[in-house]
Amino acid sequence: MTEMTPAMIHGLAGIAVFGIGLMGALAATDRLRRLVALKLCAVGAGFVLVAAAWRTPPAAPDPVPHALVITGIVVMISAAAVALAIIRRLHSLEAETDE
Amino acid sequence: MLDMLGIVLMGLGTAFFVAGTVGLLRFPDVYCRLHALTKADGMGLALICLGAACTADAWGEAVRILLIWVFVALSGATAGHLIARHARRAGTPMQEGRQ
Amino acid sequence: MTEPLLVFDLLLAGVVVAVAALTLLVRDAFAMIVAFVVFGIFVAIAFVRLAAPDVALAEAAIGTGVTGALMLRALAHLRGGSLSGKDPAPLSGPTRATTLGIDGTLAVCVTVALGIAFFGAPQAGPGIEAEVAAALPQSGVAHPVTAVLLNFRSYDTLMEIVVLLAAVIVVWQVDRGLSGASDPLTGEVYQGFARVILPVAVTVGGYLLWIGAAAPGGAFQAGAVLAAVAVLVLLSRLYTPAAAHRHLIRATFVAGTVVFAAVALGVAGAGRTAFEYPPGHAKSLILLIESALTISIAVTLGALFHGREPASPLRKETR
Repeated sequence: MTEMTPAMIHGLAGIAVFGIGLMGALAATDRLRRLVALKLCAVGAGFVLVAAAWRTPPAAPDPVPHALVITGIVVMISAAAVALAIIRRLHSLEAETDE
Repeated sequence: MLDMLGIVLMGLGTAFFVAGTVGLLRFPDVYCRLHALTKADGMGLALICLGAACTADAWGEAVRILLIWVFVALSGATAGHLIARHARRAGTPMQEGRQ
Repeated sequence: MTEPLLVFDLLLAGVVVAVAALTLLVRDAFAMIVAFVVFGIFVAIAFVRLAAPDVALAEAAIGTGVTGALMLRALAHLRGGSLSGKDPAPLSGPTRATTLGIDGTLAVCVTVALGIAFFGAPQAGPGIEAEVAAALPQSGVAHPVTAVLLNFRSYDTLMEIVVLLAAVIVVWQVDRGLSGASDPLTGEVYQGFARVILPVAVTVGGYLLWIGAAAPGGAFQAGAVLAAVAVLVLLSRLYTPAAAHRHLIRATFVAGTVVFAAVALGVAGAGRTAFEYPPGHAKSLILLIESALTISIAVTLGALFHGREPASPLRKETR
């Protein structure tokens, strides 16, 4: 084991968050919770990328993964918005069939 | 000298945050908790911002930190008001006078 | 060597993981969303510790702020117009233990694979930051992340805007025929707050856009701050989307994509390929693209929050 760095600590946290999100997405019983779990997965993956881009100061971090993660955040909110619209729609359709 | 003052102010601010958190955990109903949070944390944030501004390198930095304080205080007060208002409309009961 | 900041990192990482677990373990859906927002803020702080202020800004503004607003809005819909209602029944009963076991094994396998990939890679090894630093003077901007987003990998960024555009088209189509959620009653204090904060938020958005060329910031962060302005305006009813404004709104949706694509194709020719900005004009071109992107992103995120396309009065009765 080498010396402990912020990258290692937060990289490990990112992996743990990814695992929690994945387990949550698989085990969730309602749709909203599954979506939140998938968001956790995405954030965990971003965490790992940003941690991998970290360099020992004073060296600046690698900007390419940072740009990738920013792109990922915007893509994830697009996906979340579509998922939420579909969840709402399914809910109102189910409410209609129940009546 | 200014650095020492900043550290003392930030330490004081942390004490206020601890008090606010104890209030959040120990107070009986939503209104009391909000009272503890908005008052104590508002004061704590003010002290921490003042302390951080004392340790800032440049004037511009200090002004920005103080602006952050102004806006967080504004939005914190508004959010507290909205939560209390919503709780009252939803009929959340107040705890009767307890010893 | 024990740095005090390393202790802070350990605490922060622990809190991030604990709040992530709490998000999924808490029963009430409203509490779940609140926990998710708290999680996002802690993640943003962790990104700052990892020397990634751009990502922290984007995570706090878009990944947490706007996403949280979207989720609360959807929850209010599901609970019949108010956040304090009851949750809809879950889709299925409790999952069987065997299924859970298989799920757990699978999740652990994938996570361990990710861990092996992360720790197997050379730690803090050289990536491609040297190439980026070498090419930075020709990119037209001084901030490496903006250079990567808007110049070196601008094709990705264009596609990202197309994804956002596709999302708003899908949301408008799916929401067609849904009854609009009633806006929460906000009261005078909120109205006053909105009036004070609006000009400030617009200024901050413009500042983030402009500073993005030299320091952390840029089109996405600025767009998210302006999207918060849109949410404020919608919630305080300073503006109600009207059917007559649909064409303008649609034009704003595509403005970012159109300007970006037009510039990218326009610089082609005379020995240059698409996306290869002439070095002399790179900064003005990038700022032009970023301004269009900022407005597009802000309006698109605001529309995603509002949900339904503003309908004409005639079709209002159809549910």
